[in-house]
Amino acid sequence: MSILLKDVHKAFGSNRVLKGFSLEVQPGETLAIVGQSGTGKSVALKHVVGLLRPDSGEVWVDGKNVGDMDLEGLYEVRRNVGYVFQFAALFDSLTIGENVGLGLRRMPELTDEAISRRVRECLALVELEGYESRYPSQLSGGQKKRAGLARAIATRPEYLLYDEPTTGLDPVTTTVIDRLIIRTREELEVTSVVITHDMESAYRVADRVGMLHDGVIRFLGTPDEIQACPDPIVKGFIEGKPELLEGAG
Amino acid sequence: MRLNILLDPFRWLGRTAVDTAAQIGQWGGLGLQTLRGIQRVDIWGRLLLGQLAKIGVDSVPIALFIASFTGVVMALQASYTFTGAVPLYFVGTLVGKTMILELGPVLTGLALSGRVGANIAAELGTMRVTEQIDALETLAYDPVAYLVVPRVLAGLIMVPVVVILATAIGITAGWGTSLYLLDMSTPEFMKGLRLFFDDWDVKFAVIKSLSFGLTITSIGCFFGFTTRGGAEGVGLSTTRAVVVSSMVILVLDAFWAATLL
Ligand SMILES: Nc1ncnc2c1ncn2[C@@H]1O[C@H](COP(=O)(O)OP(=O)(O)O)[C@@H](O)[C@H]1O
Ligand SMILES: [Mg+2]
Repeated sequence: MSILLKDVHKAFGSNRVLKGFSLEVQPGETLAIVGQSGTGKSVALKHVVGLLRPDSGEVWVDGKNVGDMDLEGLYEVRRNVGYVFQFAALFDSLTIGENVGLGLRRMPELTDEAISRRVRECLALVELEGYESRYPSQLSGGQKKRAGLARAIATRPEYLLYDEPTTGLDPVTTTVIDRLIIRTREELEVTSVVITHDMESAYRVADRVGMLHDGVIRFLGTPDEIQACPDPIVKGFIEGKPELLEGAG
Repeated sequence: MRLNILLDPFRWLGRTAVDTAAQIGQWGGLGLQTLRGIQRVDIWGRLLLGQLAKIGVDSVPIALFIASFTGVVMALQASYTFTGAVPLYFVGTLVGKTMILELGPVLTGLALSGRVGANIAAELGTMRVTEQIDALETLAYDPVAYLVVPRVLAGLIMVPVVVILATAIGITAGWGTSLYLLDMSTPEFMKGLRLFFDDWDVKFAVIKSLSFGLTITSIGCFFGFTTRGGAEGVGLSTTRAVVVSSMVILVLDAFWAATLL
């Protein structure tokens, strides 16, 4: 059981973003989705947790059809999926500790004691020990992303979705986050989807890389395969050559 | 071509009417979700107290400030208008009636649509554009139960309280003015105040305030929730929340006067 999107179409008014997007994520793998900004990577990821609903097509998570599920069912699915937002999306009015613990408060079996222990564990995992009582505004960009990751893993989900976890970070912090993604996968045995437009990051963290172009997955393969891909669109993107992209149309 | 230009205003009017109708529909949808969200006491229960303080207690100074000056002006203008033709104790009647029926609720309502409505729209709008509302959803929280319900409930509870306080202070200020600037005595002012007083006036003011509390918070939440597109979008939502809720307050004010008086 894993994540499966089948022929998903999604438009906002006249802006057709996904035009038959299909993707199957294997259990336990880390799959990176790359593509130019504005092509709909975030839109595709939001379909997985039902933040957006497909106009047509199917979205399956864990053998359940998320595409037309009611809210209660969606909350069930979401408990099992951690989502790391592009700009961390921490709640400004809550401390880092409260941010990380918020999802845990929805689990009636956990006592306050157990919650604060889990919060400390998760913060330790992302190397933010002792930051519990700080507010998001007191953290740097990289620290915020790590806190966002801690919040996503706190409920011990089986799936983790990362929306551009390293965009806008310096190379050193990027490497730190990439290592965290790899370590999280090893320690929690999760299935992950990582959106990025940093090819180095994609090669480092992912088993397979898919490229989104013009509303569909244009190419899907291992890092070695994508680097050998002769398709000018793929080549143009990963080598950063816009003239190849334009020539191919 | 020429005809097109002539038709433009009508087209604009048509589009605006359609947009407005759609927004009213969406606002109603949010209202239904709010009613559903009220059942999730486990989610909003812990948050209500903070909102009561923020929406209610923090609004008291501005409301009292406005009401006390209004009370002073009302007394002075009443005595100026009466110029001996009407017994001076009618100053008490005028101050009391207008503060309770009209100025207490409406001025407080307008001030709070600026203070509370703008605050809610800006806060929720920022949460929307920074994906904090999406994040709430991924953590299996119903964002309407978490964000909208405590604010709307706090508005329903606290706006009438603030209005009653403001009205009382406004009347007190009118009384003080009569005493020190108009050479009236306390019994005279009280005589005027009691003259046409009716219990129903207070009930009327409370009904009005309840509707204003609902208007300010639900419209603030609505524009916050539907914010699009970064800092500019947040600014736009904030302005709209204030303008629309002020207009709705004035319309409701006339509606209540026409139906309940
Ligand atoms: N909620 C929305 N409403 C309207 N348009 C949207 C919405 N979300 C995304 N879009 C549009 O969808 C397109 C893809 O956006 P996005 O998925 O964020 O791109 P990216 O690949 O950079 O993550 C953009 O044109 C964006 O404007
Ligand atoms: Mg994106």
